[in-house]
Amino acid sequence: MRRSNPLLVIGLVLVLGQALMAVLAPWIAPYGPDAQDILARLHGPEAAHWLGSDNFGRDTLSRILFGYRTLFAISVASVLAALGVGGGLGVLAAMRGGWLAVVVMRCMDVLFAFPIILLAIAVIAVLGPGAVSTGIAIGVVYVPIFARTLRGPALLLREADYIAAARASGTTEMKILWRHVLPNLSGIVLVQTSLSLSTAILVEASLSFLGLGTQPPTASLGRMLAESRNFLVLSPWVAVFSGAAILLASLGFNLLGDGLQERFDPRA
Amino acid sequence: MGHTGVLNALTRRLGELSVVAFGVSVLSFLMIRLIPGDAVQIMLGANAEVTPAQIAALRAKLGLDQPMVLQYGDWAWRALHGDLGTSVWTGRPVLEEILPRVGVTAELTLLSLAVAAVLAVPLGCLMATARRRSADYTIRLLSIVGLTLPSFWLGTMLLYGVAALAPDAQLLGWVPFGEDPLGNLQRIILPVIALALPVLASLSRVMRASMVEVMRQDYIRTARSKGLSEGSVVGVHALRNAVLPFMTSFGIMAGYLFGGSVVVEQVFALPGLGRLMLGAIAERNYPLVQASILLATLSFVVINALVDVLYAVVDPRISRA
Repeated sequence: MRRSNPLLVIGLVLVLGQALMAVLAPWIAPYGPDAQDILARLHGPEAAHWLGSDNFGRDTLSRILFGYRTLFAISVASVLAALGVGGGLGVLAAMRGGWLAVVVMRCMDVLFAFPIILLAIAVIAVLGPGAVSTGIAIGVVYVPIFARTLRGPALLLREADYIAAARASGTTEMKILWRHVLPNLSGIVLVQTSLSLSTAILVEASLSFLGLGTQPPTASLGRMLAESRNFLVLSPWVAVFSGAAILLASLGFNLLGDGLQERFDPRA
Repeated sequence: MGHTGVLNALTRRLGELSVVAFGVSVLSFLMIRLIPGDAVQIMLGANAEVTPAQIAALRAKLGLDQPMVLQYGDWAWRALHGDLGTSVWTGRPVLEEILPRVGVTAELTLLSLAVAAVLAVPLGCLMATARRRSADYTIRLLSIVGLTLPSFWLGTMLLYGVAALAPDAQLLGWVPFGEDPLGNLQRIILPVIALALPVLASLSRVMRASMVEVMRQDYIRTARSKGLSEGSVVGVHALRNAVLPFMTSFGIMAGYLFGGSVVVEQVFALPGLGRLMLGAIAERNYPLVQASILLATLSFVVINALVDVLYAVVDPRISRA
C-alpha cells in the first residue's frame, strides 16, 4: 500500500465541500441571491454578511453559494457530455479503425487546432450569449480532448492478448467493449474528467467575466467579479471572494486529477 | 542521419498542417452560416428602415445567395488574396481593422511567454532537486495553484493593489512603444504578470518533469562518477538535454496565451485583438469575428507546426523515427 497523497485528500475535500455547498445553496445561504439590503451596501465582512455585500446590498456569501450552482451545473454537464461524445468517438475510432477512424480523428484535429477560449467564443458568437450556449461551447471544446486521450489507450487494449483471446472465443464486439475495454479505461477517464473540469471551470468563469456566459439575474461567479470592478476602489471584497471561489473550485478538481493520475500511473 | 529524415518529417508535418488548416477554414467559413435565423437580419439589427432591397444587397455581398460549395470556394479564394471580408459597421476591409491591433496582442503574449520561459528554467530545476517529500508536495501545491489562478482575478487584484499603493500610476490603456517607451512598459507590466503566471506554473512543471527524467539517465551517473561538481552536472549536462522537450511545450502555450490575452486585455483595457473581437461580437459584426478567429487559429496552427519542425531538425532521434 502506497502512502496517501495529502494533495489528493485536499482536492477531494475541496471538490466535495464545494459541490455540497452548491447543492445545498437554497437551504444554507443566509439570504436570497438577489435579496437587496440598501442600507448595507458595500459592507466588508461582518456578522450579518460574513463575506460582505455588494453595491446593491446583496450578500456576497449567498451570491457565491448560488454562483457555485451555476458554475458546477454548466461545467459538469458540458464536460460529461464531451466525455460521452468525445470519448465515444475516440474509442469507436480505436476499435473500428479504417477510413472511419481517419475521418473522425482528422475532425478532432481540426477542433483541437483552435485555442480553447477562442473556440468557445466562436461557438457563443454563433449561438448568442447565455448559459446554454456556454455549456455547448465548453462541450465542443472538450470533445477532441477526450477523443484524443481515450483513443491511444483503447488502441493498446485492442491489441492486448486477453482481448484477442476473448475475440477468438467468440465474444461479441459489444461485450468486449463493455466487459474489457471500458473498465480498463476508467482510470484514464477519471483523471481526464477531473483535470478537464478544472479548466472548464476557468473557461466558464472567463466567459461569464467577458459577459458572454450566464446572463443576469442568474448568479454567476465570473460576472460577479466583472461587476465588482465598478466599485473595486470603494470595496474590494466582492472581487476578492468571488475570484477566490473560482480559484478554489478549479484547484480542487486539479489536485484531485493530479492525485488520481499519480495513483493510476506511478511513473508520472 | 541524413537530410532525408528531416525532409520526410517536414513533408509529413506539412501534409497534416494543410488538412488541419483546410478544416479550420471550413469551420470558420461555416460560422456565419450556422447562426440560427437569418444572419443578415441579425447583422442589420432591428432597424426599421432596412428595405428588402438592402437585405438582398448585403446577402449578395456576403455571397449568401449561392450554393455552399461555391460560397466556400469564393470565400477561400478571396481570403487567400488577403480579402477577409468587410466590416458590417464601418464598411472597411476587416483586415484593416485587425492589423493595427495585432501589435498590442503580440507584445502582451510574447513578453508573457518570454518572462515565463526565462523564470521557468531555474524554477523547474529547483523544483526537480527537491528531495524531501514535504518540500515536493508544497512545490506541487503551489504550482497547481499557479495553474488554476484565474488571470482575470489576478489582474483585478494587481490593479487594486497598485492603485491603492500608488494612486497616480498610469495602469490602464495603451501607448505605443515608439511614442513613449517607458509609458508603454509601465502599462504592460501588470497585464504581463497576470497572463504569464499560469504559463510560468505550467512551464516550470514541464521543466521539472523533463529535468527529473534526464537526471535518471546513465550519462548523468557517468558525469557524476567522473567527479564533476553537482552544479556542473546539472548546469551543463542535464540542463542542455532537459531544455529541448521544455521548448516544445511553447507551441501549446501559444494557445493558452491567445485565449488568455482576450481576458487580460479586457481587464486592463488594452486595445488588442481580443477586445476587438469582443466588441465585434457585441455589435454582431460577424465578418470581423470570423476573420479574427481564423487568423488567430491559423497562426496557432503554424506556430505549433514550426515548433515540431524545429524539434525534428534539432533532435535527430525524431526525424529518424
